[in-house]
Amino acid sequence: MFLAIIQRLWQMLFVMFGISVLVFLIFFATPGADPASRIAGRGASAEILEAVRKSFGLDQPIYVQYFTMMKKIFITGDLTSFVNRGWKVVPAVLDTIPVTISLVMGAAILWVVFSMIIGTVAAATKDSWLDRSLMILGLIGISMPVFWLGEVMNLVTQSRFHDTWMFSWVPPLGYKNFIDGPKAWFLTLVIPWITLAILYIGLYGRVLRANLIEAMQEDYVRTARAKGLSETRILLRHALRTSLISFVTLFGLDFGALVGGSALLTEVVFNLHGIGKLTYDALLNLDLPIIMTTVIFASFFVVMANAVVDVLYIILDPRVRKA
Amino acid sequence: MLEVKDLKVSFRSEQGLMRAIDGVSFNVGEGEILGMVGESGSGKTVSLLAVMGLINDPNAVIEGSIKFKGRELVGMSNAEMRKLRGREIAMIFQDPMTALTPVYTIGWQIAEQILAHEKISKSAARQKAIDLLAEVNIPNPADAIDRYPHQLSGGMRQRAVIAMALSCNPSLLVADEPTTALDVTVQAQILDLVRKLQRNHKSAVVFITHDMGVIAEIADRVMVMYGGRIVERGQRNELFLKPKHPYTKALLDSIPPLEGEKPKRLRAISGSPPSLLNRPTGCCFGPRCVFRFEACSVQPDLGKSGHAAACFLKGAQ
Ligand SMILES: Nc1ncnc2c1ncn2[C@@H]1O[C@H](COP(=O)(O)OP(=O)(O)O)[C@@H](O)[C@H]1O
Ligand SMILES: [Mg+2]
Repeated sequence: MFLAIIQRLWQMLFVMFGISVLVFLIFFATPGADPASRIAGRGASAEILEAVRKSFGLDQPIYVQYFTMMKKIFITGDLTSFVNRGWKVVPAVLDTIPVTISLVMGAAILWVVFSMIIGTVAAATKDSWLDRSLMILGLIGISMPVFWLGEVMNLVTQSRFHDTWMFSWVPPLGYKNFIDGPKAWFLTLVIPWITLAILYIGLYGRVLRANLIEAMQEDYVRTARAKGLSETRILLRHALRTSLISFVTLFGLDFGALVGGSALLTEVVFNLHGIGKLTYDALLNLDLPIIMTTVIFASFFVVMANAVVDVLYIILDPRVRKA
Repeated sequence: MLEVKDLKVSFRSEQGLMRAIDGVSFNVGEGEILGMVGESGSGKTVSLLAVMGLINDPNAVIEGSIKFKGRELVGMSNAEMRKLRGREIAMIFQDPMTALTPVYTIGWQIAEQILAHEKISKSAARQKAIDLLAEVNIPNPADAIDRYPHQLSGGMRQRAVIAMALSCNPSLLVADEPTTALDVTVQAQILDLVRKLQRNHKSAVVFITHDMGVIAEIADRVMVMYGGRIVERGQRNELFLKPKHPYTKALLDSIPPLEGEKPKRLRAISGSPPSLLNRPTGCCFGPRCVFRFEACSVQPDLGKSGHAAACFLKGAQ
């Protein structure tokens, strides 16, 4: 067990190293992609380009540039933006992490709980009107684009019905720190959580229903019936328990991707300065240090999420445990 | 103890009603081993799933009567049925590789069944599970109880399944080809075990197989199924020595002899089993029978009692 964890950590470092090199090469060593000309602007003279190269260290060999950048990210922490010189990148990225984590964690709790309820109820009442309506609702949830849903939510809760009893509790857009007051933190995030979770509730609910129905055809379910167990127990303790294994796989992928920046649209719509929004802004003006840093942090979270999934696997599925 | 009368099971399908079981009647007495034999698709599994109330297909239509200790099982509510299942009637399935839930230890699964039917503590249920594993000759039962199904061999898993089936001392044990998925040496051990346990627990056993050799080893009485009907029934010795139905004879011819020269090829029965959609109007074995004559265009009855065959041939009745 201990060995397995050490092994995982090694793998994680290796993956992060690989990703950082790859991204670095994409942005700094792709033929035609000269960072200096971007910084200097269109039509800059050769002398200016040369000066920019010197000043940003772009005249160094590529591996020196890579190590300098890594040193500035991880050791000295004083990497600065290309666009906004003097703006320290690492603290900026670190500041976004609690925002993104708060958003994604809360949404994940919502979507796991509700999709489990919906999937299980639908599977238990297979082909009834309840099952059909839940599945149609799920489909609607999946098909609503998150930015559109977010805008509608804002329209309803921030302007149209904000002054009614229903939504007067909704604070203005933006993130509030947890330590400054858990209640404000919670209230600002409720609507974003729901918005982000709806897609996944629909998706996971449908997937879980299909998995459960398949599991209910398995031989071991027939054995469980022959034992005289109740249908509820068979569904929850046997079918649901085995279906959780594929549920967790899916969850790991989505959770990792969201923490790594795919919650971008939700962050933009609700004006939450998370890692997705920071990356997005950096991409708009090709601010390479920020892109590099966010990518490295994002990959760290993706790899972390996968490591957590692997641990969950070991807990859930005895077949992957070593004897 | 178990009386099945004129059981019919059909499945609605797009092409029409498929009759899988077409009027089957049989009794099982206390403590006897009834062997049920027939080629695959002859309706052995379906008829016993009907007894267990485990045909979960919404398109299934079950007619006839199944009485267990005087209580009618056809149409019994699911809640009532559940109290019988696992406690009074237990079932062992064909494939031990898939019959157990992969994520729980075998001890947990055995205890689960005990706790579903008996009011005892968890630790008592666990102790009982260990005793049961010892009874089915699993080495180191106290250690094996915490193993997951995938950690055991096929034979050991089938033993665990048998231990689970016996955990509430059922008066009827239904075994659906419990040895088919196992290799020959393990098969023999499992047969010995079933016989021993049947004596110790005084349960009646219905033992399904497609292998006449297995029937010869284990059954007191034999029922030969063909195309959803019983074509011959009788005491094992009578049936093996003086088979009456051409189908039974053909099955017996298909056992490889234990001694002497092996025939170059085993005799297979030519033709294929009847389609469930368009059953022949007469004897269902008719189309494949070498002795077929005019009378066979009417469906023959199975004699009421004793050694009997559903056939018009002289000496069959
Ligand atoms: N749920 C079902 N729907 C339709 N046909 C079925 C179903 N279950 C079994 N059958 C049919 O019933 C017949 C008898 O099957 P079965 O009892 O499993 O045979 P055996 O156990 O003797 O090999 C087969 O032809 C099979 O195709
Ligand atoms: Mg079968």
